[in-house]
Amino acid sequence: MIEKTVAELAKALRAREISSVELTQAFLDRISRYKALNAFITVDANRSLAQARAADARLAKGEAGPLTGVPIAQKDIFCADGWRTTCGSKILSNFIAPYDATTIEKFNAAGAVVLGKTNMDEFAMGSSNETSFYGPVQNPWDVESVPGGSSGGSAAAVAARLAPAATGTDTGGSIRQPAALTNLTGLKPSYGRVSRYGMIAFASSLDQGGPMTRTAEDAALLLNVMAGFDPRDSTSLERPVPDYAATLDADIRGLRVGLPREYFGEGLNAEVARAIEAAIGEYKKLGAQVVEVELPNSKLAVPCYYVLAPAEASSNLSRFDGVRYGYRAPEYDDLIDMYSKTRAEGFGAEVKRRIMIGTYALSAGYYDAYYLKAQKLRRLIADDFTRAFEKCDVILGPTSPTTAFKRGAKTDDPVAMYLSDIYTISVNLAGLPGMSIPAGFDIKGLPIGLQLIGKYFDEARLLNVAHRYQQVTDWHDRVPPGFD
Amino acid sequence: MSLDTTQVRKIAHLARLRISAEEAQAYADSLSRILGLIEQMNAVDTSGVEPMAHPSESALRLRPDEVTEPNQREKFQAIAPAVEAGLYLVPKVIE
Repeated sequence: MIEKTVAELAKALRAREISSVELTQAFLDRISRYKALNAFITVDANRSLAQARAADARLAKGEAGPLTGVPIAQKDIFCADGWRTTCGSKILSNFIAPYDATTIEKFNAAGAVVLGKTNMDEFAMGSSNETSFYGPVQNPWDVESVPGGSSGGSAAAVAARLAPAATGTDTGGSIRQPAALTNLTGLKPSYGRVSRYGMIAFASSLDQGGPMTRTAEDAALLLNVMAGFDPRDSTSLERPVPDYAATLDADIRGLRVGLPREYFGEGLNAEVARAIEAAIGEYKKLGAQVVEVELPNSKLAVPCYYVLAPAEASSNLSRFDGVRYGYRAPEYDDLIDMYSKTRAEGFGAEVKRRIMIGTYALSAGYYDAYYLKAQKLRRLIADDFTRAFEKCDVILGPTSPTTAFKRGAKTDDPVAMYLSDIYTISVNLAGLPGMSIPAGFDIKGLPIGLQLIGKYFDEARLLNVAHRYQQVTDWHDRVPPGFD
Repeated sequence: MSLDTTQVRKIAHLARLRISAEEAQAYADSLSRILGLIEQMNAVDTSGVEPMAHPSESALRLRPDEVTEPNQREKFQAIAPAVEAGLYLVPKVIE
């Protein structure tokens, strides 16, 4: 049962071959058996099983939707009514969300079961899941290595078969990089495609929620639920939602695949490069044409991002003040002292670093040199993609420059950690959809991810291109040793 | 550009983060490294480039000025650190 994809489980549930209660219990049992992975921050079996019973009632009445009864692990950044929602932080350690994020509401309406809240880097700030107040997450492919981040708990949970699928969020690579490091399919939709309402904000002009699954087909089924206009998110766009599952099998002969030369240069691990070359060969066999494209400003994406994302974060995180919800320092003299102690005790070191960088970049006298400069570079980076897409339909390259690294390897050097996202960040700056799919393993047996970048709102094409590759390869079917 | 501990303390105050003397030094070091990365931006001439604030640059929507949310004060205040008589409590700010 745990080996089945979301598509297979949904079918088995509708055929009444299994019940949602049995299925949910089976995954809850695995979550507790593999507790050492630390993939979940909060598990609430009673709540999950109550949803499973309601799903079984719907299934019995023949009222099932595409995901009815399927347990889905939710990243602990999504508010879910009645669930503790921590965002990986001490400052929200006692926060019981009083409402549902739109994403949670949509999964609930579809009949899916919330299978717990997954571990993550604190406020999604990290690329290794080591900044979580709730401890690091183990990568099921090597328990001494990181699963990537910030959606590291979701990645480890799906890779270890503790959940059939999960949600993630991606501000600079937080869905794609952990998907690459754990052999999953992860999709960051176009900015404005998935509602951000109730998804705790990190950098509001970059954040997007999306699915983390084992196959492109499953990602399509989850995106069908998550995508769509939401009047409660002022940046949600009113565009029709296609059936992403309907075009998965479309022919890709004649597809123009763009290879950005900047993604294959210095810094790319040789084994990763070889796997990506082999994937390009598969696409040629499928009839795709390969064209060279240029993204000349890509090397500026990381510096640009580390102004814009912290600037937005410093503003967004000012709401955590110990007044209306969350942690409050036990002792203080006056209001400023209460704010300062609450935030000093409630936030971890990486979050404080980013708040301070953002505060500095936005402060009087520095705004033009940092914030405005970064916004201009953002334009140049976005324009590079516009030009590249005149020559191709999708862009292909590596997701991450290396496979999973050991825990602690980069914790002393924030800049080294930031460079883990060198190929993913520019996609967020431009607002484009991006995907990571399994494309092989290195000599140590660690997964390698292939990144596909699409035109604005072209998720259907990305899913199609990913699905066709998964029909001729079996990397995505591999299970980490010891978790089968 | 590198930051000294005086600047770090000023930034921390603006951000309402209490930091100790030892922490100020550690943050001065790590923030200076991050600024070193950020300053790679200066290698590019951006004169005449229009700043991009957002991927979707359409105008924000307006909606009719109608009540859409019910009052849930009790539910929301149930998770607050300190409330009394329907009010959020903070240290005294007016003498």
